[in-house]
Amino acid sequence: MPGLAGRMSTVVKAKISRMLDKTEDPGETLDYGYQKQTELLQNVKKGIADVVTSKKRLQMQSQKIEQQVVKLDTQARQALSAGKEDLARTALERKTLAQTELQSLDQQVKELEAQQEQLTANEQRLRQKIEQFRTKKEVIKAQYSAAEAQVRISEAANGVGEEMADLGLAMQRAEDKTENMRARASAVEELEAAGAFDDITALGSGQDDIDRQLAELTSGGQVDDELAKMKAELGSGGGGDAPALEQGEEKA
Amino acid sequence: MIVRIAGEGQFKLPDEDAERLNELDNRAVSAVEEGDETGFKELWSQMLEIVASDGNAVDDDELVESDVILPPRDITFGEAKAEFTGEGLIPD
Repeated sequence: MPGLAGRMSTVVKAKISRMLDKTEDPGETLDYGYQKQTELLQNVKKGIADVVTSKKRLQMQSQKIEQQVVKLDTQARQALSAGKEDLARTALERKTLAQTELQSLDQQVKELEAQQEQLTANEQRLRQKIEQFRTKKEVIKAQYSAAEAQVRISEAANGVGEEMADLGLAMQRAEDKTENMRARASAVEELEAAGAFDDITALGSGQDDIDRQLAELTSGGQVDDELAKMKAELGSGGGGDAPALEQGEEKA
Repeated sequence: MIVRIAGEGQFKLPDEDAERLNELDNRAVSAVEEGDETGFKELWSQMLEIVASDGNAVDDDELVESDVILPPRDITFGEAKAEFTGEGLIPD
């Protein structure tokens, strides 16, 4: 894989040779290398925490929208049984949009979960390698002459270095993905703020614009189908338990 | 040979696999150049399959450098365009 392998190993080698050039004394080089490794481990922890934060935010949004879906469905039924088909359609349009958002949010939560797992596994692997490096460096310091030590240091350092570079890449990708999701979460929040998922009891005179946009967003087909299905259910269900939209309104 | 799958760790594979991987890699480069996403995905999954079936995970406490680094498993075709270019897996 000349592309990635080439690029990555170049980065790793540059970093390591810089690390090794830092000092003439192998003992110091080793300690410095070890210090750099533990620093990276701290960054990984922060990276994982970021992923968890983003995931929680999306999960909270998802819960909120889920509640709205249930509410809008109930309201559509109530509106329909009260003979207010327009209102029922509005509620179903909102429900459709909310469901679409919900699916996309749930998908993203899953992706973030996978990412969290991967980063955690990577972190554990790197931790083990660093631990091994720490053991090796003490052995090298104690047992080898300076010239011999250089060779052993390179071996050990390149092994850990590659792991570090790999984790760096994994973190970069995780960061890019969470960045995308943050943008997505903000977009959902904007829709929410604009009232796109509001229940229909909150409908005021200023809602026409939102409704027009919703009608465009939610393709008529699905809403029509659901409306028809609801009508059939209400019709065949004897209508006895269909709750009225407003208190005290009697069924015909 | 030691193969790393980016983000997943290192695997020890028999040396004979190098040739198979290299051939698949060359074909993957061609697929990317031709913009053949389906072809690329198929070749890429074959490469991963070789690592999965022949590879043994390198112990976490072993410090070795990889002979080959494969990109992340979930590489997109867009990313592949940047990674799968030029010469074969094992440079001449």
